[in-house]
Amino acid sequence: MTTPAPRRPEPDDAMRLARARAAAASVADPEIPVLSIEDLGVLREVRLDGDGRVEAVITPTYSGCPAMSMIAVDVALALEKAGFAEPRVVTVLSPAWTTDWMTERGREALRRYGIAPPVGLAGGRRALFGETEVACPHCRSAETERISEFGSTACKALYRCRSCREPFDYFKCI
Amino acid sequence: MPRVRRRPETGTDAMPSALFDYTLRLADDALVLGHRLSEWTSRAPTLEEEMALANVALDLIGQARALYAHAGEVEGRGRSEDDLAYFREEGEFRNLLIAELPNGDFAFTVLRQVLVSAFMLPFWEALERSRDPTLAAVAAKAAKEVAYHLRHGSEWLVRLGDGTAESRRRTLAALDELWPWAGELFEMDPAERALVEAGVAVDREALRPRWSATIDAVFAEAGLPRPRGGWSQTGGRRGVHTEHLGPMLAVMQSLARAHPGATW
Repeated sequence: MTTPAPRRPEPDDAMRLARARAAAASVADPEIPVLSIEDLGVLREVRLDGDGRVEAVITPTYSGCPAMSMIAVDVALALEKAGFAEPRVVTVLSPAWTTDWMTERGREALRRYGIAPPVGLAGGRRALFGETEVACPHCRSAETERISEFGSTACKALYRCRSCREPFDYFKCI
Repeated sequence: MPRVRRRPETGTDAMPSALFDYTLRLADDALVLGHRLSEWTSRAPTLEEEMALANVALDLIGQARALYAHAGEVEGRGRSEDDLAYFREEGEFRNLLIAELPNGDFAFTVLRQVLVSAFMLPFWEALERSRDPTLAAVAAKAAKEVAYHLRHGSEWLVRLGDGTAESRRRTLAALDELWPWAGELFEMDPAERALVEAGVAVDREALRPRWSATIDAVFAEAGLPRPRGGWSQTGGRRGVHTEHLGPMLAVMQSLARAHPGATW
């Protein structure tokens, strides 16, 4: 049995791919609606397979992130709405997601929303009893304290500002 | 309904059944401990700790899912994560015994988490170099997550050990009870050694110095004595479990078994 010849690229493939990328990239994080999965670094790649069908590749933030199945469904629906029949969404584990992949636009969006973005780069080992200095996203004071290592989601910690007395979530560096 | 699937990342030439067994051990460790932590839901000492324990459990269960999915693919008999988690019997589980012990009081839970996490951090870091790409990928994520688990547990252990007379009494009691279960962390059998030779698995015994150093540091800060005595209970890797695993699985597996084959 002969293998079917690979599909030859068609002239409008580049445009289709760009449209697909835009559709997938616009999907928002279900928990943090101001962040797109592109800004989050969760969307790794969008490509056309041998049959011209769209395939989107995503990666989970934390191992047990419960939003991933929702994100996968949202990406597939966004691609269908953009006119791509039978889109495929593939989840990969490697390379491991890191907050280093979050865009500057994403970090700024978090700040405006009232969530402190990750401080510094994730590379390098954390000190066992170290403390991260986090600026308040409301008043920018550095006089903040951590109330809880784990917040409303696995990726966030709960902080309180000693200056303006507001509580806020901190997106942990990982 | 749009199709969504996980891309398999296989590629090692280690014997499939040995790799299956090994992956299952790690998956069972994560699921059993994750389930135990989830039992604190609605009864944790504070709201912040409620969230913390649930989030640690979530990390562990996420790791378990990825490992079960990989084990199922390696086995090649079409068993899914759910099949492996919910439809195996007690004697088929291969988790370390320390994971299946009931939560006890908060001091017991905290100390158990520290003992396990202090081992899992260097373990996952080493497994990142595994020749099996999926194990390496799971390890890369898990190492970062367990660093937070260790930090959280250690900070609590210091508060409890160096806290009130009551918290110290409970912590010392937990230490007496838990210490004989810690030795199993470093256990290796011939099958696992062969996988180490093949560049797939990690030499657990070799992690003892780093575990020891971490435990020494945290115990010193918490004012806890480092127990003497080397005997430890064993059997988990051979499916020989304590009397606690059976009832735990009965609860954990009950819903799936009441509706086999059901999907959301």
